[in-house]
Amino acid sequence: MTAVESAPIQPARKASGRPSATRLLLNNTLATGGLVVLAAIVLIALAAPILPLADPNVTAPANRLLRPLSEGHLLGTDALGRDILSRLIWGTRVSLLVGISATLIAAFFGSLIGLVAGYAGGRIDTVLMRGIDMVMAFPYILLALAIVAVLGPGLLNALYAIAIVNIPFFARNIRGITLGLARREFVDAARLSGKSNAQILFIEVLPNVLPVIVITMSTTVGWMILETAGLSFLGLGAQPPQADLGSMLGDGRKILFTAPHVSIIPGLMIFVLVMSINLLGDGVRDVLDPRLKSGALSRPVARTAVTRQGLVPDAAPDPAAVLDVRELRTEFHIGGEVFKAVGGVDMRVGKGECLGIVGESGSGKSVSAMSIMGLVPTPPGRITGGVALLEGEDLFSASDERIRQLRGSAVSHVFQDPLSTLHPLFTVGDQLVEAIRAHEPVAKSAARRKAEELLRTVRIPNPAERLKAYPHELSGGMRQRVCIAMALAHDAKVIIADEPTTALDVTVQAQVLSLLDTLRAERDTGVLFITHDFGVVSAICDRVAVMYAGQFVETGTTEQILSSPAHPYTAKLIDCVPVLGEPDRRLDAIEGRPPMVNDLPKGCAFAPRCPRARDTCRAAPIGLTELGDGRTVRCLYPLTEDGDE
Amino acid sequence: MIAYIAKRLLAAIPVLFGLTVIVFAIMALIPGDPAQAILGNFATPENVEKLNRDLGLDKPLVQQYFIWLGNLFQGDLGRSYMQNRPVLDIVLERFNATLILAGTALVLCSVLGLIAGVISAVRQYGWADKAITFVVLIGISIPSFWLGLLLILVFAVNLRWFPASGMYSIFGGGDLPDLLHHLFLPALTLAVVATGVIARLTRTAMLEVLRQDFIRTARAKGVTERSVIYKHAFKAALVTVIPVIGIQAGFVLGGAVYIETVFQWPGIGSMLVTAISTRDLLLVQGGVLVVAAAYVLFNLAADVVQTILDPRLR
Repeated sequence: MTAVESAPIQPARKASGRPSATRLLLNNTLATGGLVVLAAIVLIALAAPILPLADPNVTAPANRLLRPLSEGHLLGTDALGRDILSRLIWGTRVSLLVGISATLIAAFFGSLIGLVAGYAGGRIDTVLMRGIDMVMAFPYILLALAIVAVLGPGLLNALYAIAIVNIPFFARNIRGITLGLARREFVDAARLSGKSNAQILFIEVLPNVLPVIVITMSTTVGWMILETAGLSFLGLGAQPPQADLGSMLGDGRKILFTAPHVSIIPGLMIFVLVMSINLLGDGVRDVLDPRLKSGALSRPVARTAVTRQGLVPDAAPDPAAVLDVRELRTEFHIGGEVFKAVGGVDMRVGKGECLGIVGESGSGKSVSAMSIMGLVPTPPGRITGGVALLEGEDLFSASDERIRQLRGSAVSHVFQDPLSTLHPLFTVGDQLVEAIRAHEPVAKSAARRKAEELLRTVRIPNPAERLKAYPHELSGGMRQRVCIAMALAHDAKVIIADEPTTALDVTVQAQVLSLLDTLRAERDTGVLFITHDFGVVSAICDRVAVMYAGQFVETGTTEQILSSPAHPYTAKLIDCVPVLGEPDRRLDAIEGRPPMVNDLPKGCAFAPRCPRARDTCRAAPIGLTELGDGRTVRCLYPLTEDGDE
Repeated sequence: MIAYIAKRLLAAIPVLFGLTVIVFAIMALIPGDPAQAILGNFATPENVEKLNRDLGLDKPLVQQYFIWLGNLFQGDLGRSYMQNRPVLDIVLERFNATLILAGTALVLCSVLGLIAGVISAVRQYGWADKAITFVVLIGISIPSFWLGLLLILVFAVNLRWFPASGMYSIFGGGDLPDLLHHLFLPALTLAVVATGVIARLTRTAMLEVLRQDFIRTARAKGVTERSVIYKHAFKAALVTVIPVIGIQAGFVLGGAVYIETVFQWPGIGSMLVTAISTRDLLLVQGGVLVVAAAYVLFNLAADVVQTILDPRLR
């Protein structure tokens, strides 16, 4: 039982190392500003009875319509000679009280409906939500008006009307969250332990829904104050002699031209009040629900930032290589921490050659490949070292425009999931035509013919018809063929293929691989092939580099590495590949996890998971050792030396 | 596609029926004798009894609804007791003005909101973004009825650029330029809140879209950054913003109540306020019903536009 009770999901903000909610809120300058202003307004409104204010309802015809800063009337007087400052503070009290009451009522009934609908599901959910949908089919204010029309004008009736029309917002939000929670393990556990539905709902579910209720309240309370003021402004809310900010504004409107201050002042008060609540509400939302925080979404710029410190490696190009990358370092800077995703990588791709980069997810293989043409998102990524030479041209010092010209022409890309990498709203034909015309000033019709030709090249049947298809209308394999066709639009010298077959069925995988392999041979294109799958490597790659924690741990020809891996990690990875027809073979998952790249060990990064690790492995960084035949390994005790020992 | 639109139209029918149920239910909830409430405090008992009979109020509620619905289909929404004219005539007369005002405001807020949102996203954290974010915050916090008063003070009273109220000049007006001249301030005021909401959402949608894989694909193709943002990203963002514009239509139609009152615009909103104050309940009922139906149609239009943009929905 106790285990169950402590099981409910912990709000993210309680995770260790994160500042408290209050601290986060105060870090937000605007939210703090809102809080200060709101607190001041609330305090003054609460203190109204003890403040030395004139009676808000005492009329003094002799003193009517005094301007602000008059003797004894700081904000002047209204048409009946009443002190505006006093009326303003008393009116604010009323408006605040009405707005907050309406919010509480709406939150109570809305949350209740949402909780019940989300928890009960089925028919109850359908009926409740249909009702809510019907209410939401009304323009918000209009429904409030209709309710006031029926109940009759008056502040309390306006309060009810505004509360009722806001119920759907709460019901919807809370239902969504409850629906997710109702299927969670801790709810099942509570049910098995014999708790009643009501107990589960209010003891187990409600605490987890509370943040959402608070968020919805903080984002709607401003609205409700505004709307009740609006009804009063129309003469449908507060009735004289009672006054809230809205009715003060409504009264002042009649003498707008002669004494504008009478209406401007209460309006300004509503504005400041609502604005401070909204500022605070945004802050509360950002703290309680970080996913919604708009600031968390940084816009990636067109090209990865390059801030190469220190030495740029000797740039004498390897004449045999089309693509020659040296000492590439790419980092992610997130919240003051530095993640060294790629820590000094050399890649060489010759004409018509296929270099495979193999590693687990998070090893930095994709980041290495995406760094070449600056496709790593900045922020947070940045290239901090190395050179990438495309036929001798340093890509990291090229202009943005030059990079744009090379992207898709000299260097093209094929990505992992062809459904998310093709634009869902444009036809395949339009996307191909765009790829063609990005680097070739041809007419649309000519580009379309070429697009058709490209689809034929990648063996898509009926290409003229397929041009009109949208990506979602094609199968996964077809989509990836389209992506490959796009990569072939301009006789690329190098194709960077980032797990191009991972998202596909095995049979389709084989087709796509053989297609890539054939095209590479026909066109003499270099391929940089990223994968986590040694099976795929053996099908297409001439040479392989095995990556771990941002570095290559072993390089060599495919045959060498597959038949006699030198690095313990490589051997483990190869052991992970299932072999057809050997169901009994136990796949050796590698124990442990790769190290975090913001906290790399001093010595070998694989040592903590390596059965052969010795103290010397952990002492100092380990360099790549030449093993002959162009093989290298980053290991002090490679497996290939076992025979010699 | 046409089949889809037809399907959406059919799906709107139950919603419209739902509206009639709610409108009817609200009126049925009037405390006390509805006929008395409809006719006002000074009605003679004979008239109250006659209306009770006319409205079929002595029958069960469900039956009452269908009688009311039947009358509705024949265009009979009852008579306004204050104006002693058929409700439908008054409502239709007024609806035109509301449609012009709300329609213009909706176009304004869509255009301004989208532009501001895109600029804000493209210049994220830059001064333009900060300025837009702040103005948007003001826009969604400002009471529109107060803003209308301020604009009247500045642009109508002091600068005399625009008229302070009405839809046409009393003398010698009536043409389109005259209408636009009168329309500018109220339409702008009405658009402010919705502009803020749409701008905020567009910014978020753009930032979200710009992180998608297909944007990286566009960049990998060598498409210019301009095209990446204004063609690829904008179209994808638009798909998420369009339904919200449909929802904003509701806020604009509702907000028209304030703006029509402030600018004395002869639309349904200002009519409703008067009708509520005078307890002319059948007129309120008719006005609410027509505006709510218009909102359903606006949403339908947003649905159709979204379908045209997004082939996955067809």
